Amino acid sequence: MIQVNNITKVYGKEKTLAVNDVSFSVKEGELFGLIGPDGAGKTSIFRMLTTLLLPDGGSATVNGFDIVKDFKQIRNSVGYMPGKFSLYQDLSIEENLNFFATVFNTTVEENYHLIKDIYIQIEPFKKRRAGKLSGGMKQKLALCCALIHKPTVLFLDEPTTGVDPVSRKEFWEMLKRLKAQNITIVVSTPYMDEATLCDRIALIQEGKILSIDTPAAITASYPDELIALKSEKMSALLKALNEFPKIKSVYAFGEYAHAAFQESGVTEEEIKTYLTTQQIALLEFKKIEATIEDCFIGFLKN
Amino acid sequence: MRIIGFLLRKEFSQIFRNKSILALIIVMPVMQLIILPLAADYEVKNINLAVIDNDHSTYSQRLISKITASGYFKLAGYNASFKDAFALIESDKADLILEIPQHFEKNLIRENKQQVFIAVNAINGTKANLGGAYLAGILRNYNADLRLQLISPSKVDPLPVIEITSSNWFNAYMNYRVFMVPGILAILVTMIGGFLSALNIVKEKEVGTIEQINVTPIKKHHFILGKLIPFWVLGNVVFTVGLLVSWLIYGIIPVGNLLVLYGFIWVYLLAILGFGLLISTYCETQQQAMFIMFFFMMIFILMGGLFTSIDAMPPWAQLIAKFNPATYLIEVMRMVILKGSHLRDVLPHLGKVFLFAIVLNTWAVINYKKTT
Repeated sequence: MIQVNNITKVYGKEKTLAVNDVSFSVKEGELFGLIGPDGAGKTSIFRMLTTLLLPDGGSATVNGFDIVKDFKQIRNSVGYMPGKFSLYQDLSIEENLNFFATVFNTTVEENYHLIKDIYIQIEPFKKRRAGKLSGGMKQKLALCCALIHKPTVLFLDEPTTGVDPVSRKEFWEMLKRLKAQNITIVVSTPYMDEATLCDRIALIQEGKILSIDTPAAITASYPDELIALKSEKMSALLKALNEFPKIKSVYAFGEYAHAAFQESGVTEEEIKTYLTTQQIALLEFKKIEATIEDCFIGFLKN
Repeated sequence: MRIIGFLLRKEFSQIFRNKSILALIIVMPVMQLIILPLAADYEVKNINLAVIDNDHSTYSQRLISKITASGYFKLAGYNASFKDAFALIESDKADLILEIPQHFEKNLIRENKQQVFIAVNAINGTKANLGGAYLAGILRNYNADLRLQLISPSKVDPLPVIEITSSNWFNAYMNYRVFMVPGILAILVTMIGGFLSALNIVKEKEVGTIEQINVTPIKKHHFILGKLIPFWVLGNVVFTVGLLVSWLIYGIIPVGNLLVLYGFIWVYLLAILGFGLLISTYCETQQQAMFIMFFFMMIFILMGGLFTSIDAMPPWAQLIAKFNPATYLIEVMRMVILKGSHLRDVLPHLGKVFLFAIVLNTWAVINYKKTT
């Protein structure tokens, strides 16, 4: 459905590499996630795939159409929801939707089945101007507008950034329902916890792809045994663990410190004794499965 | 066509929703047309005059009263010496000094000639020029009066004199407002058209809506036409309101054919809207567009022959004026409204403005990219 081959984008006089030799492919009906921090190059990739930006190297096809030569066909067949809300704030929900349906030469009625689930949630406010909507409602409206022409591929650039946790959860459920309608979805997000909701993900950092696989395969490939430790004094704990002879890596992860040790492994007793000498009381010690975030940090360290 | 229809509906509903802009579009021209022509008056009155009368004779008194009776001059000082009078100029209380020498009356009668001295404060060029000219005119007049009085009418005047009489055409009373109102209306139409169109596309860029438009299959020329037409209509509304104001307040009724006037405005609006669009394609923010537009507006206004005659400009400035579309509108407005010129007379102007419209719009369409 989407095939990206060694695509590159360079910005400005400093020749900053925003996208560096990126290749990946997305299958039909797949929910594909681009996961990476801000400035990783996610938006640049989206803008190139939606024909808003010309690549400086490499090539890509969407729906079999070349992103440079066949931009017209691509514009007819993809839906794009930019990271920044970019509908007309001074038009109402209804007017925005009608407008975008019309410019794609279709009507709201024709593809209503696609947006029905989402639209009924904002329908009570359909006379309200888009600028006066809450963040979650704006996202829903933007998604409706991106869907109204029945695109075969949907590009969602950070759709959940700045949206509350409940709306985020709802949003991902909507995406699952859309996937069921056989729409290919490419979504980007800086939230690692959303990665597991995708079929396949690409971890991206500084314009380069670190790994592409299913979330399960990526977490399974984490090389070390991961242990979560908890103490009252987090910074002291991190410092002490860093000086521990058998340590491989340690970093803060929420209220825990995630640590990986050398091949021989360690026992809880061993750590406890060591930490006591450092005047740190260990509250918790447990073996855990690596999350996507652990994998991401692991890739960055290598 | 259907797409354009919808784009227009969208633009108009956005314009009508922005109440403050709408009010500005209507109220601004009315206010400016009412206030500006009253203030921008070239007829200089109240010129402050300092007089040094070294003669204190009947004749010198008569000259002074003639000057003050003219209505143009106000006696700011009646000084004993040039030094005192000059102090008045220095403190900006006087614009002109008239010095009447000693034995003014005696020499005038005995030797049939006499000189007076006029010193002009030239800081305010217009006031100085006109003041000097008015004063010279009054002196000439005074001179003629004296001749009549001194030379007995029975004698035939030995010197042939060319007497100049003039009659003012198209603006019989030399009313400055009649001349200014059409020019100011021309500038208003230019400003409304230029600013609205320049800011509109840039606003879409700034808010990000252009991104969403760019991924749609809307064609470039559809999008640009969708932007041009609403402002073209608004430009016509502003122009009509302006014409009504100049009729109701100043009693100016176009002497020429209204259709010629509107026909010219239609083409002119295309040119100026194209210019606004062109600027908007080069700018990223409304602030940038605003400042660039201001830069050009200043040139359009000051080098378009509104206040100063283009013929009086140096050659390089005349060349710039030729590339200023406002020049042609101001000229045509005055031609048609005051002189009643026909289509035939304004055809060269129309041709040039049409050329502006073609070049600017083509440039704007080419430069408006849907991809970067």
